[in-house]
Amino acid sequence: MTTISASWPTTRQRIRAALSKLWQPYRPVPLLGWLLAALVAVGMEQLVGLPLARTLGMSKIPALFGALVVLDQPALIPSVLLFLILIYILPVGIVARFTAPFTNKIAARLVSYPLVITAVIHLLLLYAVLHIWCDISDYRVLVARMAMIAIILTLSLNVVNGYMGEFSCSHPGFMALGAYVASVFTLVFFVSENQFGEALVPPALGPFLFPLALILGGLVAAVGALLVAIPSFRTRGDYLAIISLAFMFIVKSLFENLEIVGGARGISNQPNYASLPVVFAWTVLAIWIINNFVRSTMGKALNAVRDDELAATAMTVDTRKTKMTAFLFAAFWAGVAGGLFAHVLRYINPDSFGIRKLAEVLAMVYFGGLNSVTGSIVGAVGLTMISEALRPLEIYKWIIIPIMLILIMIFRPTGLIAFTEFNVERLFLPKDKAPEGAEDATA
Amino acid sequence: MPLLEVRKMTHYFGGLRAVNNYNLAVEREQVRGLIGPNGAGKTTIFNLITGVYHPTEGNILLEGEDITRLETNQIADRGLGRTFQNLRLWRYLSVLDHVKMARYSKLTYGLAGAFFGTAKRVNEEKATDALAMELLELVGIPHLADQIVTNLPYGAQRRVELARALATEPKVLFLDEPTAGMNPEELIQMMDIIRRVHREIGLAIFLIEHRMKVVMELCEIIQTLNFGEVIAEGTPEEIRNNPLVIEAYLGKEVVL
Repeated sequence: MTTISASWPTTRQRIRAALSKLWQPYRPVPLLGWLLAALVAVGMEQLVGLPLARTLGMSKIPALFGALVVLDQPALIPSVLLFLILIYILPVGIVARFTAPFTNKIAARLVSYPLVITAVIHLLLLYAVLHIWCDISDYRVLVARMAMIAIILTLSLNVVNGYMGEFSCSHPGFMALGAYVASVFTLVFFVSENQFGEALVPPALGPFLFPLALILGGLVAAVGALLVAIPSFRTRGDYLAIISLAFMFIVKSLFENLEIVGGARGISNQPNYASLPVVFAWTVLAIWIINNFVRSTMGKALNAVRDDELAATAMTVDTRKTKMTAFLFAAFWAGVAGGLFAHVLRYINPDSFGIRKLAEVLAMVYFGGLNSVTGSIVGAVGLTMISEALRPLEIYKWIIIPIMLILIMIFRPTGLIAFTEFNVERLFLPKDKAPEGAEDATA
Repeated sequence: MPLLEVRKMTHYFGGLRAVNNYNLAVEREQVRGLIGPNGAGKTTIFNLITGVYHPTEGNILLEGEDITRLETNQIADRGLGRTFQNLRLWRYLSVLDHVKMARYSKLTYGLAGAFFGTAKRVNEEKATDALAMELLELVGIPHLADQIVTNLPYGAQRRVELARALATEPKVLFLDEPTAGMNPEELIQMMDIIRRVHREIGLAIFLIEHRMKVVMELCEIIQTLNFGEVIAEGTPEEIRNNPLVIEAYLGKEVVL
């Protein structure tokens, strides 16, 4: 005889059951459906957002889903919530739910096309959503770009700290190398009247040659990474962490003392090449390449080196090549992110690449989840948002964020979404196939 | 010419002589055993031959080619596969990924393939998947392919290690106590698997064991090691009756 009390659900189970019931109608919504719904929502915001916000007593549309209002003007919280429900939650909920049969049909058809076409369609939709959302204010454009740069940074650091399990602290250093090299490149070639003299090339060519500047920055960062990668053959753990931390400070002092790039004052007036579509494209490219890498057997060799190096080498894995690849690859993307960062802010100084940047990007990696592309994306976007939301607290936000990090470490030591594989093919699939038998019966 | 030959190998750890003047000649398709009391230097010999340590003196030849100074991964690639005494599996990788990982040096798609997901990479990964599944079938655990290894029972983990070692296409397979910690049922299954592997792939096997039943039934020739030196070498029958071996295991008879 089983006890009766065991069958009584606890409050937690009851909440979970209620949520799952609420979520039930949304299970069969494919990614395409969500994108379409988001498009409708941002379109509505574009059309009726401002009048609605005014009616609700706000001077303008809440820029980051109300994140800024919470601490700044708590009195406005109810109106922001109402705004969110009317503009985002209701339209997304309704559209996603009722277009599901239609979007599933399209998704099912897309499966038969090559993955590239499916991916491009989804990305175009995603970009459209982002573009319309950002059209509301310049602040949104800035935050969106910073969030995407944070994604590249977090992902690349995850390659070393998550996938390979080393604790590397040199990422701001790689970022600085990329930022300075890319800045000098664009300033020398495309901008007149600065410390580097006249533009060497017609400035009109600038936006087209900008990728070259980023790649060059990435490559220089990768060369810098050699200084950390080579000691990693002989040492691991704490010692490597200290070496990489030293590297970060070396790079920082290097730029502080290099007068040609402005010393401690830094460089400014970078051309405005890192527009929203440019940053978006680079972010997609980074996610695609990094995800490709970590899902290949070559990339999983990083995991093997992390979990048991001796076993890896006894199974023919070239551990030196693996470590070298991981460090150089991660540094390359950090360099690219640095280049983008410099051209978004259009001003950099050595202080931007110090210990605070390190704390920020480490927090994103460990918050989002080790060994996980999805986790990195969530961590980067989430922490960028939280960081913006806490902006009114000024310097005190650096008390809140570390406390959050400590809590994460206690309750989920590997981060929110750790050790998962980001399967792009599965992402695009139609979602109505799960209860196949039931569907056939009704048809 | 023997398949694997070790000539006069000596190794010191600091001032301690762990292995002294060790000689070995493994012929094709031979099953050899290495026994000896705890601390005799059996695993050290495995580590020396597979390149984890480099011997102070002596040479190791695989098919007549000197591999003494090569790195572990190069030696593994040339055809010495191994398992470990204490399981050394990768905590967060699936069973299938374990076996695929051992194909690392055989993959030719390179970093470009890894980064950009070229057609060559897709095909090679597919072929590796198929090969890994075959090996998992050989060791009897194809149904566990998608499991994370830490969730598996001990016997299955041993099998994963064996399948992984086989994926390196070894010419000589080194098994370091393949039945350690197994119950009698698992032991018999493991011996069956070793026999099957030997029969179907036709490789030479060199194994360390503590259980006499396993060594005596599987091996054609057995070496006995004590304090880093071979004290006896011969067929199971000869070893069983060798007074030196008995002494090493049971101690000398003392007349009171």
